[in-house]
Amino acid sequence: MRSFVRLSRRSTSPAPVAPPDHDPPVMEFRGVGLTYPGPPPVTALRPCDLIVRRGEFVTVVGPSGSGKSTFLNVAGLLDAPTEGSYLLDGIDVAGAGEAARAALRGRHIGFVFQSFHLMPHRSALENVALAMVYNRSGRADRTARARAALTRVGLGHRINAVPTRLSGGERQRVAIARALVARPSLLLCDEPTGNLDTATAESVLALLDELHAEGMTVLVITHDPAVAAHGERTIAIRDGVLAEQARAGVAE
Amino acid sequence: MTDKRRRLPRLRRSDELSAFSSFSPRDLFGESLAGMLQRPARSALTALGTVLGVGTFVAVLGLTATTSSQIDSRFDLLSATEVTIEDVGREQDEFAGFAFPDDADDRIEALNGVQHAGVYWQVRLTGNDTVRASPLGDAVGERAQILAASPGTLQAALPTLAQGRLYDDFQQNTAAQVALLGSGTAARLGITTLDTRPAVFIDGEPFAVIGIIDDVQRKADLLLSVVVPSSTAERLWGTPAEGGAKMLVATRTGAAAQVAHEAPTALRPDHPEYLKATPPPDPRSLRTSVTSDLGQLFLLLAAICLVIGAVGIANTTLVAVLERTGEIGLRRALGARSRHITLQFLTESGTLGALGGLVGTSVGVITVVAVAVARDWTPVVHPVTLAAAPAVGLATGLLAGLYPAWRAARVQPAEALRR
Repeated sequence: MRSFVRLSRRSTSPAPVAPPDHDPPVMEFRGVGLTYPGPPPVTALRPCDLIVRRGEFVTVVGPSGSGKSTFLNVAGLLDAPTEGSYLLDGIDVAGAGEAARAALRGRHIGFVFQSFHLMPHRSALENVALAMVYNRSGRADRTARARAALTRVGLGHRINAVPTRLSGGERQRVAIARALVARPSLLLCDEPTGNLDTATAESVLALLDELHAEGMTVLVITHDPAVAAHGERTIAIRDGVLAEQARAGVAE
Repeated sequence: MTDKRRRLPRLRRSDELSAFSSFSPRDLFGESLAGMLQRPARSALTALGTVLGVGTFVAVLGLTATTSSQIDSRFDLLSATEVTIEDVGREQDEFAGFAFPDDADDRIEALNGVQHAGVYWQVRLTGNDTVRASPLGDAVGERAQILAASPGTLQAALPTLAQGRLYDDFQQNTAAQVALLGSGTAARLGITTLDTRPAVFIDGEPFAVIGIIDDVQRKADLLLSVVVPSSTAERLWGTPAEGGAKMLVATRTGAAAQVAHEAPTALRPDHPEYLKATPPPDPRSLRTSVTSDLGQLFLLLAAICLVIGAVGIANTTLVAVLERTGEIGLRRALGARSRHITLQFLTESGTLGALGGLVGTSVGVITVVAVAVARDWTPVVHPVTLAAAPAVGLATGLLAGLYPAWRAARVQPAEALRR
């Protein structure tokens, strides 16, 4: 399995030959599709092509049942696609095994979930530091980096609070800090404002905008067109088919 | 612009697919501990089953070892080399006379393995059975046991003399009227020194006191008696008509059973059944019977407690896995491999088991010590028991955690994160 992956990567070897300032796309789908084996087989994601370049803010929008979750799972390496090749930071990960995908998730992708997924009995600092437990980062600088990440999202004063004592917006900020702290290439947000009221949602989106402005690649999956409007471009997903959405009058 | 955001340990692309996530032992224990401390009360109750199981285990083994060692101390070297031969001729044949022959001591001492042997009996006086230190009739007498004993008896009893000496074969052969006093009896009779050549009067007969016995290692009633040569007693009062004569035999180590077997025949080849030889009980058989009686029952109870403890840990860990599905999904999203999840839950259940085992070991040892103190015993717990008990707890915990940890590893991150 792995040798196949190496072979296929060798076939995409132009990358090292390219000039040093050339950056491969953060994520690139080449005919990626996912069909759950039957009976009867269910095609959750039809083969599609997609390129997200470094520093982009892309939103994926679609109604529930449209294949958003499948797209998230494939993009976030939680599920392996059944066809096509997926290049994450130029690495073909489509055929990567379970262990390799776990390691790639930890290093390349920062997840932000609708339901935050914070550990209820651990302080904000510990929750953020958890993102560095599995990816071979030294213990020594974990606390400092977690503190810096929390300060970055505006929670420098609440680092020792447990999630149950934080407001919804603060919890999502902790989750964003956790997603940032391992310095991923891609911030993958699944309905980041789904559990928040409008005002808090705006502040969280503003934070995502700021991060994007600093150069972070952000991919937000949502059903909410208002949230989708924050992206530089929007991909619509419907019945497992991805389509670039025409954006009329986008100022950005 | 991207430099700032680049991951510090930037890997070459060819390494990316083979650089798997790591989970250092320190992180593993830290995360497991945090997992257990999420619900400290429940963790403590879970460990209680192991505490009880291992505690019972240690207590049973410790108490068995303690009682065994008490038996051991009763069967020390002295009692293991002592044979008593009793005259039971009167029970066999009412016309049988004194069962011991005149040369009984010599016959027994000729047996291989015998060190000293002697016949003794308690002299029962018909009328005035008091012992006096003065011949005058109105002097106050002391009631004392009068023991007729051959010189071999004295040597077999291993006495320590406060003053004077023992009588020997000369006094025995001449039926001399000499007596030995136990130190207690001597004090009651007012005899403090042998320098004044004191005498005691038994049934009106004078006996010269030639020695005061300070202590004996066998046959402690010598200390409370007036001991006279058996030949003298026989001359004055005859042999005990109603039986009751005995023989004390000191043997070499390991010879007791053999000597007991041979002695009746050596003494009375014509009527060996007139004599009953009692060897010391075999300590091995005694210990085995004690161990097998209660020990096995309690070990069974301990095993049942351990099984209950294991089921408790398995149940709690399984509930925790179901409760913490979201956490498992999150950890997988953050780069944990399924084996890291397995390891974490196994560590949690193993730690609970080991902690329960440690506390249980302490509880067991405290029980053993408490029982030993109450019974005035020396507590004995075998070191192997102490070393094995926490390991038993750990094994229980690990075994109980196997299934829940396997379930945890099979949690699909995509499914878990949807919650």
